[in-house]
Amino acid sequence: MSEPLIPTAQKPISNRRNSLVMLSRVANSLYWMSRYIERSENVARLLDVNLQLMLDFADFNDEQLKEHWLPILRSAGDEETFFKLYEKADSESVTEFLTFSEENPNSIISCLFSARENARQVRDQISLEMFETLNECYLFLKSSNAREVWQTGAHEFYQQIKKYSHLFQGLTGSTFTRNEGYEFINLGKFLERADKTTRILDLKYHILLPSVADVGGAVDAAQWQAILRSASALEAYRRFHVEDILPKKVAEFLIFSTTFPRSIRACMQHLDQDLHRLSGNERREYKSPEERAFGKLLSDMNFMTIEEILNNGLHQFLQLVQTTLDRLDDHIYQEYMYHPPVDTQAEILLHQQQMQQQQ
Amino acid sequence: MLLNNYQSEDFFDEMFMDDGRTVRPHYQRVADRFQLLDTAEHRRKQTAVDLAFMRSGVTFTVYNDDQGTERIFPFDLVPRVIPDTEWQRIEKGLIQRITALNLFLHDIYHDQKILKDRVIPPHYILGAKHFRREFMGFNVPKDIYVHICGTDLIRDRQGNYLVLEDNLRCPSGASYMLENRAALKRAFPDLYRSARVQPVDNYSAELRKVLQYVSTPSLGGAQPNVVLMTPGVFNSAYFEHAFLARQMGIPIVEGRDLVVRDARVYMRTTSGLVPVDVIYRRIDDDFLDPTVFRSDSLLGVPGLVHAYRSGNVSLANSIGTGVADDKVVYYFVPKIIKYYLGEDPILPNVDTYLASEPEDRVFILDNLEKLVVKSANEAGGYGMLMGPWASKEEIESFREQVRANPRNFIAQHPISLSRHPTWCNSDLGGGFEGRHVDLRPYILYGEKITVTPGGLTRVALRKGSLVVNSSQGGGSKDTWVLHGDS
Repeated sequence: MSEPLIPTAQKPISNRRNSLVMLSRVANSLYWMSRYIERSENVARLLDVNLQLMLDFADFNDEQLKEHWLPILRSAGDEETFFKLYEKADSESVTEFLTFSEENPNSIISCLFSARENARQVRDQISLEMFETLNECYLFLKSSNAREVWQTGAHEFYQQIKKYSHLFQGLTGSTFTRNEGYEFINLGKFLERADKTTRILDLKYHILLPSVADVGGAVDAAQWQAILRSASALEAYRRFHVEDILPKKVAEFLIFSTTFPRSIRACMQHLDQDLHRLSGNERREYKSPEERAFGKLLSDMNFMTIEEILNNGLHQFLQLVQTTLDRLDDHIYQEYMYHPPVDTQAEILLHQQQMQQQQ
Repeated sequence: MLLNNYQSEDFFDEMFMDDGRTVRPHYQRVADRFQLLDTAEHRRKQTAVDLAFMRSGVTFTVYNDDQGTERIFPFDLVPRVIPDTEWQRIEKGLIQRITALNLFLHDIYHDQKILKDRVIPPHYILGAKHFRREFMGFNVPKDIYVHICGTDLIRDRQGNYLVLEDNLRCPSGASYMLENRAALKRAFPDLYRSARVQPVDNYSAELRKVLQYVSTPSLGGAQPNVVLMTPGVFNSAYFEHAFLARQMGIPIVEGRDLVVRDARVYMRTTSGLVPVDVIYRRIDDDFLDPTVFRSDSLLGVPGLVHAYRSGNVSLANSIGTGVADDKVVYYFVPKIIKYYLGEDPILPNVDTYLASEPEDRVFILDNLEKLVVKSANEAGGYGMLMGPWASKEEIESFREQVRANPRNFIAQHPISLSRHPTWCNSDLGGGFEGRHVDLRPYILYGEKITVTPGGLTRVALRKGSLVVNSSQGGGSKDTWVLHGDS
C-alpha cells in the first residue's frame, strides 16, 4: 500500500490584491537584510571603541588582553571558530576575526555580504538608493582598498562601516514605502539592536554582582565609559545623568530609558508597535505565546527597578531578554515567512492524476 | 579631433557615407559633439558611466567563476542614430512580421492550414524541438502567443536592414535599452536635448498594459495580479528581471514562491496564499512545470500547466512559441508573411540554405569554408560555425554534424554587418575605430502592437569580430530614433 495522495497542507487563501501582498520569501530577506546591517554597525562600534580603549592600557599582558577580548568575542561571535583559526585572543586576532573573517558568519564582512545578498534577492522591493548604498559598501569591502584603510587606520575603517549603516537606515526612512515590508525591516533592526545592547551590557555584568558592587577603579571607569560608547550612548547618558559614570546608572540607562533609541526598552517598544501593525491586533492583544511572553516582559519592565534586576542578577535578566527575543524571532518566522514545503514527487503524482481526462 | 583618423574601410558605416569623410545628416550633431572630446574627457565620462552601472548593480554574473564575479555589460558612449523615416519602415516591418508569426502559431496549434497547403513541409514543424503537441487545439488568452518579442536586425554592405533572428521565447536586454538611455542622458545632457530623440521610457508601462490585457476574464473587473517569474538570483539576467519588476511595480517570484491548488496558481505570502492571474515568465517552457515537461526541474511549479490549460492563469509568452524562432522555420518566414497577410516582407531575411533539402545540403557541404552554419535551436552565439574564420578541424566537425543531423542546421552567406565608430582602448590611450553592430528592437503585443523606438544596439568590441553577444565579448550602445531625419 502506498501512502494516500494528499498534497501538503498549505496556509489559508487570502483575497488580498497584488499591491498589498508581500511574498514570504521577500519578508524574510528584508528582515535579514536589516538585521545584518544593524549587526555590522554594532560590531564595528564595539571594535572601534575597544581598540581605542586598549590605547590607554598598552601595558596589558597576554592574560589581561585575553580577559578583555574574550567576552567581546563571546558577545559578537563564535569562540569555537575563533580558536580554530587563531592561537591567542589579542587585539589583532580578535578584530581581524570579527572584521574580515569570512569563516565567521558574524564578522562585519560576512554580515554585509549577507545583507547585500538578501538585498539582491529583493532588489525590486527596495529603493534604488538603498541598494546602491549596500552595493557600494560591498564593492568597497571586496576591493583591496578596504584592508588598506583598516591597516592604516582602523578607526577610519569602522567609521566608514558605521556610515554605510547610518546612510542605509536613513535612506530606508526617507525612500522606503510604509508597507508591510517596512515593518519587517524595523523588526529586524530593533530585534538586533535590543539583542546587541543586552550583549554589550553583559560584557561587564560581573562587576555588578551584588557582592562586588563597590569594587571599581580607573580601569573599570574607563571600561564603563567604553560600554556606553559601544552603544552610542555616552553623550545621551551624560545629558541624562550629570554625574560620574556609575555602573548601576549605566545599566539602568541602557535597560530602561524610554528616550534613548538603543536602550532595550525603547527597542522593545518599537517592536511591540511593529508586531501589532503586522498582525492587525489591538494594542494589548497578542497573537501567539511568543508574542505574549514578549508583551509580558515589556510590561514587567514598566514596574521593575534596577535594584531588583541587580539583586536577581543582571546576567540572568539579560539572558531572559535574549531568550524572549529569540523566541519572538522564531514566531515571526513561523507566522509570516514559513510555508510548509511542497513534496515535489507527491505534487507531480497528484497533478498528473488530475490531468488525466476521463471519457 | 578624435574622429579625424577614423577609417570606415570597406564596410557600411552608420556614421559616415561611403567616401569615409562625409557625416550622414542624422549623425551631424553627434559627430560634432564627439569631435570636441579629448581623450581625457572621454575617459572621465566613461569612468563615470561605468561606475554608475557598477554601483547600481547593472551587471551580469560571469559563470564558471567561484568568486561569483559580477561584470558590467561594456557600454560605448557614442550613440547609434536612426532617422525617423528609416525607423518607420523598420517599425512597419516588425509589426508585419510579428502579426504573421502570431497567426502562424495559432494556425499550427489549430487547423494547420499552412501545412495542409504545403507551404511548409509538415515534418519541419511537427518534428521541431519546440513544437508542443500537448497544446494542439488550446486557445491562448486573446489569441496572442508572442507578447514580447526581440528581433535581431543587421545591415548589409548597402545598408539594407535584414532580419537575422526572431526571439520569441524569453528575449532579454530591454533593461539595458532603458539603462543605457539613462546613462547617456547623464553623460551628454546638452547633446541629448538638442538631438530631439524619441523617448523609450514607456517600455515598462506598455509591458504592464500588455500583461494586464491578457489576464483571464474571470476577475469581474478587478485588477489582475501580475507577477514576473525568474529562475532566481543566480541567473545571468536576474538584474533585468528585478529591474523590470520594479519598473512595473509587480512582485518578482521564483518557482518556490508559487503553489497550485485546484488548478489555480497562488503565491505564498505573509498573509497566506494569494491568487496569481498573469505570469511574465523568464523561464523556458521545459522548466515551467515538472509534471509536464522536465521532471527534474526545480525552477518550475508542479501543476502550473494544468492551471494554464484550465484558463486560470495567463503566461507571457505563451507555451510553444519556440517553434516559430527555430532557425529552420526562420527560412519560411517570408512565405509565412505572404501566406497569412498576402504581403511581401518589408524586412527581408538573410538568404538561407536548409541542410535538410538535398540540393542545399550539397551546396552547404561543398562550401562550408565560405558559409556561416547555425544550429536550429541554439542562442547566444553558440552552436555556430563561422566558415571563413574557422579552423580545418572545426569545419570537419561541422561537416560530420550536418551529415548526421541535417534537420538541425541552416547556412547563410556571411553578412559583413554595418560598422559604427566605437571607442577602443590602446597603448596610446585609445580612439574611435569601426566595430560591427546589430540592433534588437523590442515589440510588445497586447491590445495593439507597439515597438519601442530604438532598442538595444549590440557591438562586437573585438576587432573584426561579428559576434555581438555579451557572453562573447559584446558591448552595447544607446540607440536614438530621432523625431525627424536630421
